[in-house]
Amino acid sequence: MTIKTYRQTLHDTLRAEMLRDENVFLMGEEIGVFEGSYKITAGLLAEFGDKRVKDTPIAEEGFTGAAIGAAMLGLRPVVEIMTINFSLLALDQIVNHAAKIYGMFGGQAKVPMVIRTPGGGGQQLGATHSQNIELYYAFVPGMKVVAPSTPADAKALLLAAIRDDDPVLFLENLALYNTKGDVPDDDTPAEIGKAKISREGHDLTLIGYSRMAYIAKNVADALSESEGLDIEVIDLMSLRPLDRETIVNSVKKTHAAVVLEDDWLTYGIGAEIAATISDGAFDYLDAPVRRVAMAEVPMPYSKVLESAAMPTNDDVINAIFQTLEAVGRRLKKVGQSHD
Amino acid sequence: MIEIKMPRLSDTMEEGAIASWHKHPGDRIEIGDVLVEIETDKATMDYEAYEAGTLSEILVSEGATVTIGTPIAVLDNGKDSGPASAPASAPASAPASASAVTTTPAPASPVTVVAPARAVPAPVNKVVEPQHSGSDGVFASPLVRKLARDHDLDLSRVRGTGPGGRIIRADLSDLLAEAPTPAPSRAVTRPVIATGPIVDEKRSSQEVVVTKARRIIARRLSESAQSIPHFYVTAVADAHVLMEMRTDLNKQAEAKGLTKISVNDLIIRASALALREHPEVNASYLGDDSSVMLVHNRINIGVAVASKHGLVVPVIVDADVKTVAELGVEAKFLATQASGKGLSIDQMSGGTFTISNLGMFGVEEFTAIINPPEGAILAVGATTREPVVVGDEIVARYRVRFTLSADHRIIDGALAAQFLRTLTSLIEHPWRIVATEG
Repeated sequence: MTIKTYRQTLHDTLRAEMLRDENVFLMGEEIGVFEGSYKITAGLLAEFGDKRVKDTPIAEEGFTGAAIGAAMLGLRPVVEIMTINFSLLALDQIVNHAAKIYGMFGGQAKVPMVIRTPGGGGQQLGATHSQNIELYYAFVPGMKVVAPSTPADAKALLLAAIRDDDPVLFLENLALYNTKGDVPDDDTPAEIGKAKISREGHDLTLIGYSRMAYIAKNVADALSESEGLDIEVIDLMSLRPLDRETIVNSVKKTHAAVVLEDDWLTYGIGAEIAATISDGAFDYLDAPVRRVAMAEVPMPYSKVLESAAMPTNDDVINAIFQTLEAVGRRLKKVGQSHD
Repeated sequence: MIEIKMPRLSDTMEEGAIASWHKHPGDRIEIGDVLVEIETDKATMDYEAYEAGTLSEILVSEGATVTIGTPIAVLDNGKDSGPASAPASAPASAPASASAVTTTPAPASPVTVVAPARAVPAPVNKVVEPQHSGSDGVFASPLVRKLARDHDLDLSRVRGTGPGGRIIRADLSDLLAEAPTPAPSRAVTRPVIATGPIVDEKRSSQEVVVTKARRIIARRLSESAQSIPHFYVTAVADAHVLMEMRTDLNKQAEAKGLTKISVNDLIIRASALALREHPEVNASYLGDDSSVMLVHNRINIGVAVASKHGLVVPVIVDADVKTVAELGVEAKFLATQASGKGLSIDQMSGGTFTISNLGMFGVEEFTAIINPPEGAILAVGATTREPVVVGDEIVARYRVRFTLSADHRIIDGALAAQFLRTLTSLIEHPWRIVATEG
């Protein structure tokens, strides 16, 4: 075990996979000479040369398409799209080509590519650069979408994503890059499609992924300390495939659930989770499933408004308290933040 | 007119006493008004009205005790007295009064779905009694409804404390505490076989340690069944003469104070002689990588014994050169030792052929798994009297069935059949078993 940042872990894992398999190569805007907008690829151009670390023009559709072609011919491209917002320019390549080629052409060619891209707001980057639109890809059969919340999971899922024969969208988060955690030294890949119970409990199931899984764990730990609450936390880890079994089994035990997401509420991932619970654990619910998501607005630039729009620890705590009160727990309201 | 009856307020309640009447004849009654306090074996509880009307008569006065179902008062609801619970004005579209209660309001869509028929499983009908038709009146979480079904709880008497008056799990604590566990698991008490914890409730499974000996048996049998292409040949022999001979021999043995011989002793000897005649059966295949197989010159017969340590196979070496009496003594000694202190490795190794006999359990015939590295095993059934055609008559004769399991890689069907023909012939002419030179 080594304590590392999420950012450093991504860098080290990419490097290790490039050393392990010469078919692994990187493409993206400013990933070479500039060493990446978020410095994930720092030093890799110097070490591996420009054949394996490709700076591309500002043309997401073009380089994503090029990566798909490379993957079909046996290479293992890892594409960096600077933020998930810019993936919209490559939407046709991802949705209509990467996700469909294997199925549409009778399995003649696989597309073993990874698209690494960070989402998330909170950096005052404005409405077009602060979105959480991983749902667009999780919606598409043929894609895999993974979203680690800790450095250890980032390593295990990136290993799994690079070694997987399907196109994988690997969701990072701007707010997680500087978080630290224990990272195993061995190279054991995660199983894509398995959620993680990051905290066991009996009072309520709190479900999230990426930044909201991080918040979920912190809030649950804090409420255990301050209120003696025993909250189970599920980190989805993978949005497609979705580990419905772990979700349902947990709610069967706790009888209540709160789902957290950083994106908009309407038609969101939380709705899919709530429907999953309704399907699999209806008879075990003692209260309606409650969702926490961001405000239904384009993300404001103003720091004050941006903070107000994003889901906070307090929003999560309030949803937990409302749900626990609905099942008969008498709790005092908390107003102060646990940040 | 409606008769109000002594309600069942707990599962164990058989009768109740009127503690005090809260309403008096002539009082106007609204749904939910407390009519009367009833004392049960457990507690004194308020009993509320399920129907509106005027209390017309009190039938049981304060302090009196009556059994469940006894009318205690009469309520005038403005309708003729008739069958007390039939809501005369039930809407024509409602198929039955009971299901009308649980009907959800029809959605205002062009498609009209008639839901009542599949409303709620039977036990729940108890939850909502026919009298209070109209709205459901019970507003409960899915978990509560499931618990009510499982434990046969009456939700109509539970006050919901959840949002909007919803009955939540917490509201059932008292009821669940007094409710017996669901009937199916209470009704049967099964003997518990092992000592470990139950690891699977549904099957009531407990862990039992698999002994080392049993693990070895399991591994060897799996290897044999999975890797050896077994084939089976069954024959039946007339054992009439053999049984007569055995009776005769045992009479003499008894007179001399010698050990009696068993049918199995005779079969061991017969098998040994048949093996001598067909040495290719007394052989071992060494695996696909070997260019040779082994044919054994000595005939060492293993005898499968069910001991307290599990299945063991002590080996009688040179079974073809021992007399039936010697074989009987040795087999008995080995079986006793197997069940007692156990057999040594030496006593269990070196076999070239095995006999498994389940005849003493009345088994007619069966097949056995080859004991590697041997080439064959003989499974012997019971020697029983059966109707047999002899000449033109049906007569009762002793017969015995035996099945040879052979390793087809080295023993072909014809060879197995020839071996069984020799064995059958020996059993049918049993003096040859005892008379043939060792």
